[in-house]
Amino acid sequence: MITLLAAVPVVGALLVTLLPRGTRSQQLLARHVALGVSLVALAVALVAAARFDVGSGGYQMVEEHSWIEPLGAFYSVGLNGIGLTLVLLTVVLTPVVILAAYRDELPGNRSANSYVAWMLVLEGLAILVFTATDAFLFYVAFEATLVPIYFLIGSYGGPGRQKAAVTFLLYNLLGGLLMLAAIVGLYVVSSDAGEASYRLADLASIPMDETTERLLFLGFMAAFAVKAPLWPFHTWLPEAAASATPATSVLMVSVIDKVGTFGMIRWGLELFPGAADWASPTIMALAVVSIVYGALAAIGSTDIRRLVAYTSVSHFGFIILGIFAFTQTSTTGSVLYMFNHGLSTAALFLVTGIMISRRGSAEISAFGGVQKIAPVMSGVLLVAGLSSLSLPGLAPFVSEFLVLAGTFTVNVPLAVVATLGIVLAAVYVLVLYQRTMTGPLTDQAKVVTDLTAREVAALSPLVVVIVGLGLFPQPLLDLVNPAVAVVLGGLP
Amino acid sequence: MVWLLVAFPALGAALLLTWGKESDRFGHLIATAASAASFVWGVVLFVRLLGRDHDDRTVTDTLFTWISTGDFHVEMSFVYDPLAALFVLLITGVGTLIHVYSIGYMEHDERRRRFFAFLNLFVAAMLVLVLAGDYLVLFLGWEGVGLASYLLIGFWQHKPTAAAAAKKAFVVNRVGDIGMALAIMLMFKEFGTTEIAAVGDSVAGTAASTITALGLLLLLGACGKSAQVPLQSWLLDAMEGPTPVSALIHAATMVTAGVYLVVRSNAIFDASETARTAVVVVGLVTLIAGAIIGCAKDDIKKALAGSTMSQIGYMMLAAGLGPAGYAFAIFHLVTHGFFKANMFLGAGSVMHAMDDDVNMRHYGALRTALPVTFATFGLGYLAIIGFPGFSGFFSKDKIIEAALAHNVWIGLATVLGAGITAFYMTRLMAMTFAGQKRWKDEVHPHESPRVMTVPLMVLAAASVLGGILLLGDWITDWLEPVVGHTEHEHVVILGAEWPPIAVSALVTVVVAVGVALAWFTYGRREVAGETPEKVSFLTRFARNDLYGDTVNEWVAVRPTMTLARGIARFDQHGFHRAITGAVGLIGEGASSMRAWQNGFVRSYALGVFVGALALTLALLVVIWR
Repeated sequence: MITLLAAVPVVGALLVTLLPRGTRSQQLLARHVALGVSLVALAVALVAAARFDVGSGGYQMVEEHSWIEPLGAFYSVGLNGIGLTLVLLTVVLTPVVILAAYRDELPGNRSANSYVAWMLVLEGLAILVFTATDAFLFYVAFEATLVPIYFLIGSYGGPGRQKAAVTFLLYNLLGGLLMLAAIVGLYVVSSDAGEASYRLADLASIPMDETTERLLFLGFMAAFAVKAPLWPFHTWLPEAAASATPATSVLMVSVIDKVGTFGMIRWGLELFPGAADWASPTIMALAVVSIVYGALAAIGSTDIRRLVAYTSVSHFGFIILGIFAFTQTSTTGSVLYMFNHGLSTAALFLVTGIMISRRGSAEISAFGGVQKIAPVMSGVLLVAGLSSLSLPGLAPFVSEFLVLAGTFTVNVPLAVVATLGIVLAAVYVLVLYQRTMTGPLTDQAKVVTDLTAREVAALSPLVVVIVGLGLFPQPLLDLVNPAVAVVLGGLP
Repeated sequence: MVWLLVAFPALGAALLLTWGKESDRFGHLIATAASAASFVWGVVLFVRLLGRDHDDRTVTDTLFTWISTGDFHVEMSFVYDPLAALFVLLITGVGTLIHVYSIGYMEHDERRRRFFAFLNLFVAAMLVLVLAGDYLVLFLGWEGVGLASYLLIGFWQHKPTAAAAAKKAFVVNRVGDIGMALAIMLMFKEFGTTEIAAVGDSVAGTAASTITALGLLLLLGACGKSAQVPLQSWLLDAMEGPTPVSALIHAATMVTAGVYLVVRSNAIFDASETARTAVVVVGLVTLIAGAIIGCAKDDIKKALAGSTMSQIGYMMLAAGLGPAGYAFAIFHLVTHGFFKANMFLGAGSVMHAMDDDVNMRHYGALRTALPVTFATFGLGYLAIIGFPGFSGFFSKDKIIEAALAHNVWIGLATVLGAGITAFYMTRLMAMTFAGQKRWKDEVHPHESPRVMTVPLMVLAAASVLGGILLLGDWITDWLEPVVGHTEHEHVVILGAEWPPIAVSALVTVVVAVGVALAWFTYGRREVAGETPEKVSFLTRFARNDLYGDTVNEWVAVRPTMTLARGIARFDQHGFHRAITGAVGLIGEGASSMRAWQNGFVRSYALGVFVGALALTLALLVVIWR
């Protein structure tokens, strides 16, 4: 089941690259096919979700084959509630993104075939990352995600895309190398303990001495902290987001960056509970710095794409804070936060992306009074913004409040500082809305036209889910709860 | 079936927001019907509640589990009790009248359907706020009304001032929300629950410092929503919204939510004298500050807004007196809802007649041109200054009496406040309706249509008759199951006990002095057509809202914005440059290869390099083993 789920988009990607490229109608066909493939993946994932036993916290639908025997690496995949939540996020966002990107103008007459194919490859790799239960498999898939994103930014982005792509790659490779060292270290530890194995279950049962555990933990954390991104390892994100297409930004920030926070739970907490506990005060403090710093940087941004990227730095701070507070409430809240942030940030990147492409500028000051001529666009921007500031009634509120409430029970000062973020979030969202949408319509903004039916079709599922999960988050919480209980049960 | 109350307006809002242009013709009727349906259902429920035993007047309606994870458990539950019942009637009753009025007031606005959708959204959210059985559900309504307020203040988005005012209101409220959010977290930590009744039960046996902290945090939230000092600055700007909005949200209902919160959390405030004192101080300061601001404004809506601040100060102060004051706070809240909605809508009617001019210096002698508005406004005026027999007389008197019994100096300050109230309201009446006409010849004041004047008449009647709620101490009896009861305390001044009638007499005399002063300054003398420039420091102080904005600007806004811009610049150019420096070197090397390799090949090469590096390292380890 899981293999099928990961294979559908990858095979679909191959198909799309084999399709004729060149004319507009041929490229449109490629997009249609890609959309179809992503919808098939969505359907498969929904079947998997329906078969999933919600009450159990363990791994289900496990598949295992021996892979690189000398290394003890297995092709081993399985789903728990946390993984399933993120898989669902991936399969929901991919069709939305492909649909929203139908009219993306690609630089230098590049073919749309490869553009959408890379998106599908990324989807398949993301599913693999969220389901891998073998450390080596995880590592390979984790590093492999860099390739599609590198091309999506470097070949299809806006001005400065080359530099942004290289920045992205260097940061992530640096983190990845430290993780590679830890992967190698795990092999040493595991073969010392008997038979070499990279399987999660085997690794988790190996007794490690304190120093080794901490070093290995830090190796993994380095990669995850860059990916997530945690302050002060975040500066690649605004650069990358400022040069990427909106669709790429969504896949990068909403889906792939979640691998960082997801990895912290699956590999950080499950493999190295003692070290995670040891490092948690520092990580929580950095997370709170991320929340405040990211929010302030967003307020101070003059470029819309950078602003949205910084809001994500702030939101990732909340996610990491909740994970490392180690309470059922906060950690469950963090997993839900990953899902909700994926939706709200996707909505924000896509609608601002449309604004920017219509106007031809990403500067906030290039807009003004747009609601007069584009009321639907301004409405969607407002809803996306309100969800980003965690308005009660919308999905992100539930997760943010769970993170804060859970953190408050273990560390009052950090929770109080993090709560300041709710005022800053109101400022960055409402200032953006005020400056771009309200006031008299400026001459330069007159070129902006309202959302087309296709764009509404791409964005409305996001809005519906954001509102729906705000009032009825319980099904997802039921999915996440048992798995989080298992993870936290392993902590000292 | 309590949820039906919320369902009608919520459905109305959802319908109007998603329906297309074809609903422009009848959207306002749907919204008004939704609000009216909610009112009718509110009356039915109220009658049913009346039929129950005195001690059995709480109906709980649990809909579904909203959030449950670990120890955190919140039910989406509504609790309909005597306190909620009064609010439901006030919100849906006044709300429906204002819907009706808006049909006329917003007739020529092309976005009228949207306006009614937001009004419905507001009514739904406000009902969630007062019906919530859990503090987190209350917070849902709390933020919902904040959103509705934001949307409606900024309804005329093309006006930069309106957009700025809307943002300011939301952000200042969010500062208060920090208090609300932290209070709820503290409840969860200390009591393991955020259900309102359960929290009340847990208060006994909890450390006094925790209870005080809870009380102060809730007060911070209340200050934001109810525009109390130090979070008052947004309310005056909020007058940028259409006038029906000012009447419904920024006078009659939403801004009183802070008072509701304190009264609803009476178990917490009963247990902490410090928290109660803080509430009294906040109420007292705002009462006086608002009244002073009201004296100096030439903008009719801003004068009324200052008055609203001040009157909510009275309510807040009463709530801070504990069981002796809770019921009177609510009583004044209800009567104020009547007469202030009446006067705001009256102001709207005046503006309607004066081509949307809000400057009272351009009014004068409107009593003949707008006879109905003059009459209804006049009744509201008599109610707010506390003319004997009118609703405000009873409700304000009770608060002053309780304040005097609590502390003579605080009591006397509230008496003084009543005098200032009489002054600024008389000034407003005189400048608007009395004296010589000061409007230009091209303005042709005309009475508003029936759809606007009928709601005025209904509200005027309520402003006169609201006092009957006190008949036979009905309101204190009615609220007793919720807020408790204490025996009447006696007022002792200078060692002598004052009977209630003496207190009333004192207040009436002070009010008369206020009226007379204003009449001789603004009624008998010619009012200048333009705002005088050369004025005393005190007047300037009042005109500038006691420099509240200036303080905010220098204490909060400027430092934050400077810091934010600094961080954004530093992050992009300073922080990042260290790393991009290295990237730049690689980038240059790569671009020199571009002569014989296109970008694709280079990219692939880099990708392959990465993969090879990883594999080689891994293999090295295997071999080395």
